[in-house]
Amino acid sequence: MSSNLDQLYRQVIMDHYKNPRNRGELDGALTFNLNNPTCGDRIKVSMEIEDGKIKEAKFEGEGCSISLASASMMTETIKGLPVEDALKLSNIFSEMMLGKEYDEGDLDLGDLEALQGVSKFPARIKCATLAWKALEKGVNQKEEE
Amino acid sequence: MISKEIRKQFPILDQEVNGKPLVYLDSAATSQKPISVIETLDHYYKNDNSNVHRGVHTLGTRATDSYEGAREKVRHFINASSMEEVIFLRGTTTAINTIASSYGRANVGEDDEIVITPMEHHSNIIPWQQLAKQTGAKLKYIPLQEDGTIDLSDVENTITEHTKIVSIMHVSNVLGTINPIKEIAKIAHKNGAVMVVDGAQAAPHMHVDVRDLDCDFYAFSAHKMCGPTGIGVMYGKKKLLENMEPAEFGGEMIDFVGLYESTWKDLPWKFEGGTPIIAGAIGLGAAIDFLEQIGRDEIEKIEHELVEYAMERMSAVEGLKIFGPEKRAGLVTFNIDDVHPHDVATVLDAEGIAVRAGHHCAQPLMKWLDVTATARASFYIYNTKEDVDALIDGLKTTKEYFGHVF
Repeated sequence: MSSNLDQLYRQVIMDHYKNPRNRGELDGALTFNLNNPTCGDRIKVSMEIEDGKIKEAKFEGEGCSISLASASMMTETIKGLPVEDALKLSNIFSEMMLGKEYDEGDLDLGDLEALQGVSKFPARIKCATLAWKALEKGVNQKEEE
Repeated sequence: MISKEIRKQFPILDQEVNGKPLVYLDSAATSQKPISVIETLDHYYKNDNSNVHRGVHTLGTRATDSYEGAREKVRHFINASSMEEVIFLRGTTTAINTIASSYGRANVGEDDEIVITPMEHHSNIIPWQQLAKQTGAKLKYIPLQEDGTIDLSDVENTITEHTKIVSIMHVSNVLGTINPIKEIAKIAHKNGAVMVVDGAQAAPHMHVDVRDLDCDFYAFSAHKMCGPTGIGVMYGKKKLLENMEPAEFGGEMIDFVGLYESTWKDLPWKFEGGTPIIAGAIGLGAAIDFLEQIGRDEIEKIEHELVEYAMERMSAVEGLKIFGPEKRAGLVTFNIDDVHPHDVATVLDAEGIAVRAGHHCAQPLMKWLDVTATARASFYIYNTKEDVDALIDGLKTTKEYFGHVF
């Protein structure tokens, strides 16, 4: 098997796919749905935001290993973070997906770093960023309110 | 031409992808192009390029002759009565949209019905949804049998005297189902409706005789039948086309233009506003020459043998679920264990094998199948049994790989 594939399907990714963290929905929280129109994947992210902090985050949906693992990792990482930092992480994650140099600064990507291999598979980048786009849309919508 | 000879005509197939020989199994999305089509386009741009139907210079005459010559090839290919019934448009999607907006808006009203099926491609659903919304007409679906076929008694029960348009795909891009268009057209006509056929997956692969089918409209795209992208055909019966308004207005399609009123050219040009898709049509003509040189009986035979072999070998792969009926066109849609089709396609791609993964522009059908997505291997004249063998090996690798990482 090619080593590129092994870079894509890292053990930790498969673990999140098989045992997703924070799967479910939060009642009365800010929820946002996003579809990947090219493949039919569907991710719903819900967050409880208090005093500008993400107190709780969950996801629900159907999708491939990459999109579900990314959603699972994202909810793990953003829990407890100020909304601003979550958005910063989202940008860092996008840079990483484009194969660019990125600087984590004080933030910690955690397991998300395992998704680096996706950048070598352009067709799969949308899978990995789906949950993040839902997060961004959700937060932006809340700000507009 | 035997299979190996045919394959040699497609230069793109002779390459490695990810270090493995390319196995192209995505022809239902778009087919590859033979050297004759590529050279025809090259020749046209190097020697004859000019605008058509205007001017008196030599290049203009050459371009016009080639463009109209392609129309005659299409007429013959689908056995239309006359060239006036062959309209060049951008593709199947544009053709169906044109039928819906031009014929539909003029002939469908509030108490009328439009009848389609849940297996349709989005391009044969949304134009009718929009027409139904605009006119207040009712959009109805012929239910499917469990194996993804249509039962004529359901057709009888769905189409009524209020039905004005019936629009159905000739061959399903997901299930491979070959629909009984001729019989459905009879039922449509008995009720006073017109029969529209989405032929995108049929025209490249089988005999299409619009007079025998007795359909009123037939739409297909060149790029799925060895031709270039950006060109397709809207066939319509002359008496219907004559009474339809053009969908686009501008140059090329006019007879006389005044300050406040204009009149249109005759058929087929009144539907071809703007500089037409000249090179595209000429490329389509070359594609038809190529397909007719092989012969459609031979094309059907090659694909039939391939899909039979693929079905036999794929059925033997444990954990692999195949969608669609036993009797099918040259494609196999499947899912494998719990591996998401996107992941299947990525692992296959690493092996040089190109398949499609996703909803195949058929979200209502995915819902009907109760899946979010599927993978699809589709075959064409240049594929061989070795390609099927490579697919089977790739599927085994996929299973092993995901069995291993789980």
